[in-house]
Amino acid sequence: MRKVMKRTLAAMVAGAILSSAGPVLAQGKVVKFVQNGNLTILDPIWTTAYVTRNHGYFVYDTLFASDENNVVKPQMVDKYEVSADKTVWTFTLRDGLEWHDGKPVTSEDCIASIKRWGARDSMGQKLLDFVKEFKEVNPTTFQMVLKEPYGLVLDSLGKPSSQVPFMMPKRVADTDPFKQIDSQIGSGPFVYVNAESKPGEKHVYTKNTKYKPRAEPASGLAGGKVVKVDRVEIIEMPDPQQQVNAIAAGEIDVIEQPPHDLIPLLKKEKGVTLYNWNPLGHQFIFRMNWLQPPFNNAKIREAALLSIRQEDYLKATVGEPEFYKVCTAAFICGTPNAVNAPGDLFVKPNFEKSKALLKEAGYDGTPIVLLQSTTLPVLTNMAPVTKALLEQGGFKVDMQSMDWQTVVTRRTNKGPVGQGGWNLFHTFSVAADILNPISTSYMVANGDKAWFGWPNDPEMEKLRDAYAKETDPVKNKELAAAVQARALQTAQYGWVGQWYGPGAMRSNISGWLKAPVPVMWNIEKK
Amino acid sequence: MLDFIARRLIAIIPVLGVVAVFVFLMLRLTPGDPAAVIAGDNATSDQIADIRTKLGLDEPIWTQFAIWIGNVLQGNFGESFFFKKTVAELIAQRVEPTLALAICTLVFAVSISVPIGVMAAYRQGSLIDKAVMGFSVLGFSVPGFVIGYCLIYVFAIELGWLPVQGYVRIGVNFWQFAERMVLPSLTLSVGFVALISRITRASVLEVLNEDYIRTARAKGLSNRVVLMRHALRNAAVPILTVIGLGIAILIGGAVVTESVFGLPGLGRLTVEAVLSRDFPTIQTVILLFSVVYVVINLLIDISYTLFDPRIRY
Repeated sequence: MRKVMKRTLAAMVAGAILSSAGPVLAQGKVVKFVQNGNLTILDPIWTTAYVTRNHGYFVYDTLFASDENNVVKPQMVDKYEVSADKTVWTFTLRDGLEWHDGKPVTSEDCIASIKRWGARDSMGQKLLDFVKEFKEVNPTTFQMVLKEPYGLVLDSLGKPSSQVPFMMPKRVADTDPFKQIDSQIGSGPFVYVNAESKPGEKHVYTKNTKYKPRAEPASGLAGGKVVKVDRVEIIEMPDPQQQVNAIAAGEIDVIEQPPHDLIPLLKKEKGVTLYNWNPLGHQFIFRMNWLQPPFNNAKIREAALLSIRQEDYLKATVGEPEFYKVCTAAFICGTPNAVNAPGDLFVKPNFEKSKALLKEAGYDGTPIVLLQSTTLPVLTNMAPVTKALLEQGGFKVDMQSMDWQTVVTRRTNKGPVGQGGWNLFHTFSVAADILNPISTSYMVANGDKAWFGWPNDPEMEKLRDAYAKETDPVKNKELAAAVQARALQTAQYGWVGQWYGPGAMRSNISGWLKAPVPVMWNIEKK
Repeated sequence: MLDFIARRLIAIIPVLGVVAVFVFLMLRLTPGDPAAVIAGDNATSDQIADIRTKLGLDEPIWTQFAIWIGNVLQGNFGESFFFKKTVAELIAQRVEPTLALAICTLVFAVSISVPIGVMAAYRQGSLIDKAVMGFSVLGFSVPGFVIGYCLIYVFAIELGWLPVQGYVRIGVNFWQFAERMVLPSLTLSVGFVALISRITRASVLEVLNEDYIRTARAKGLSNRVVLMRHALRNAAVPILTVIGLGIAILIGGAVVTESVFGLPGLGRLTVEAVLSRDFPTIQTVILLFSVVYVVINLLIDISYTLFDPRIRY
């Protein structure tokens, strides 16, 4: 009996050792990547969640893409032409593009994909407003016929961040835009392995061996998407402290963006490198509710802007100056549309002028209901800074703390604060989402249809339309400056600082591209 | 006995009914709109309203409840708002890590706490007794996540003996599964050991003063036999009761422990579902936890008969 038990135990040990060696040999070079949040939704058109956008870049490809300098370049498109009157755009796809199931990518797939994206994305909606019709010229060539010239055709089709116009097979793209797609078949550089992916645990992507990268070197999101590893696994790890522990122990290879307060720990780790993969960074904003008092009064909104000092927010939320920048431009410092705000606005508060404006506007001292998110670490400290600054500027503030999901629900309420409404909340955007007046949803000012806060300013909408129609880059820059000036004149919203969140990677990882999105092509593992 | 089991099983039905109504109403009355979460940060109010309609969330609350409960009675727990999977599929995927964690924790906890509890009772007032009681206070007082981080720091980072986090399914690789279970199970065991060892000590102490223990000793039985066969067996009923009640602690602790150690179990699913307001998932998981709790306590009640022949149902 004892002999039988010994043999059984020996067989179990041997089996266990063999089973532990097997998968590693079969998987080749594997990169284990931890994102900022859990990937639950796999339809990048259905949601604007950045983790889903990242998934989209694994699986799908785009017609155009922006390079490291934010210049839009053809990606799936081989060549394109514009008619002399700038109303007919003809796109020809590259040869040999295939979906993951081996079927060829066709014009009708691309047309259906643009239509589905255009039903959900604000920039897509604007583009489709100008589109008269799509024409399929042949299986690899299609035309977009516009009602009148539109200056942002390429910027729209090469939009880098949520929602990205990813190309999908027509049978998938025909899905109701308000329902999630069922299939993960794309034509991108990675194939999603549904059988091995387990939501809440990991998502598995293998190299798409049939993918034909462009000949140009990779740059930003453009150029040749050459995959240099066999497999990428997105590991779902909700606890940031554990992400740091795991990368230090070599259990994972890449963290998208560890919280700023844990960066000192990572700096001490010899086997870990910090890397600012998104050089444009992000921008914090605060949004006021134009429908409810007191911010239905332009003077009171202006008083709020006058009380702001960006550096206070950046110190409180980011901390180390190497990861933030005081930037008074709405359209991100270091990009073509950036223009600084006048005077000391956002740099040095003018509390006296704020108080004077409040008096002039007849502010009755009703507390401002300020929503504080306590579950997104990068936003938690924003509201207390706002409360302190606004109170110095003469406001009374009622800061209400809640989880982020409650904030996103509460902010949809257009009613008075007594009925669950609100006056002010904070959020942030990836800089690539807010580089011009059309992609910046905060600049939309068409009342009820605008983003939360619902600003209503026909003059702003005229300026945005003019920007959309303008095809001359020099005039576009002037119009962007005019849009920013108008936003400050009406105190449409406040932008309160630019910040950067470096990623962390093991020292044996290289080739991480600088782009607004963390992409896994070009990455090598030694 | 069969009659008792049947009655207890039937009694589960109203319990689940109350839980179902309570959970459903709590979710609808607390702030948070899954449509707003799904739509993301750049969505407009109109887009959120469209999603709400697609999910049926704009129906009156009682209509939503009637649809949900009707489906549940037919064994259909609905589809997650986020995962594009049925809730039953999601739970099936997540049940293994939680079950493994619960079993390992129970084994750890019982195999440590009962002997030390008995020892503490037997050596009442000694250093062992004081140490056990001191540990018990510590185990109750220190939050699970603090214990988890301390264990990770020592055993995973400094010593490098065990992995920091993660889960490998038992069928994929047993050793990797086992090494990933050690720290979470120990973490979750600490509170449990504190509870059971304290109750064991108290129960055994009470029994040690009984006449039949004196008689057993007078018969010349060894201390081990007296303690294990006579004292512990007679002290078992309260210990079993506490283990049953402790299942609730285990469920609550699993939520935190799974998040800290990156275990993709039902506890983490609950947290994710709550944070994203995934109503169908939260409702079903809480119903499942209720069933588990009630059934385990039924099993505990039945097990009393094994230890105390006077108990008959």
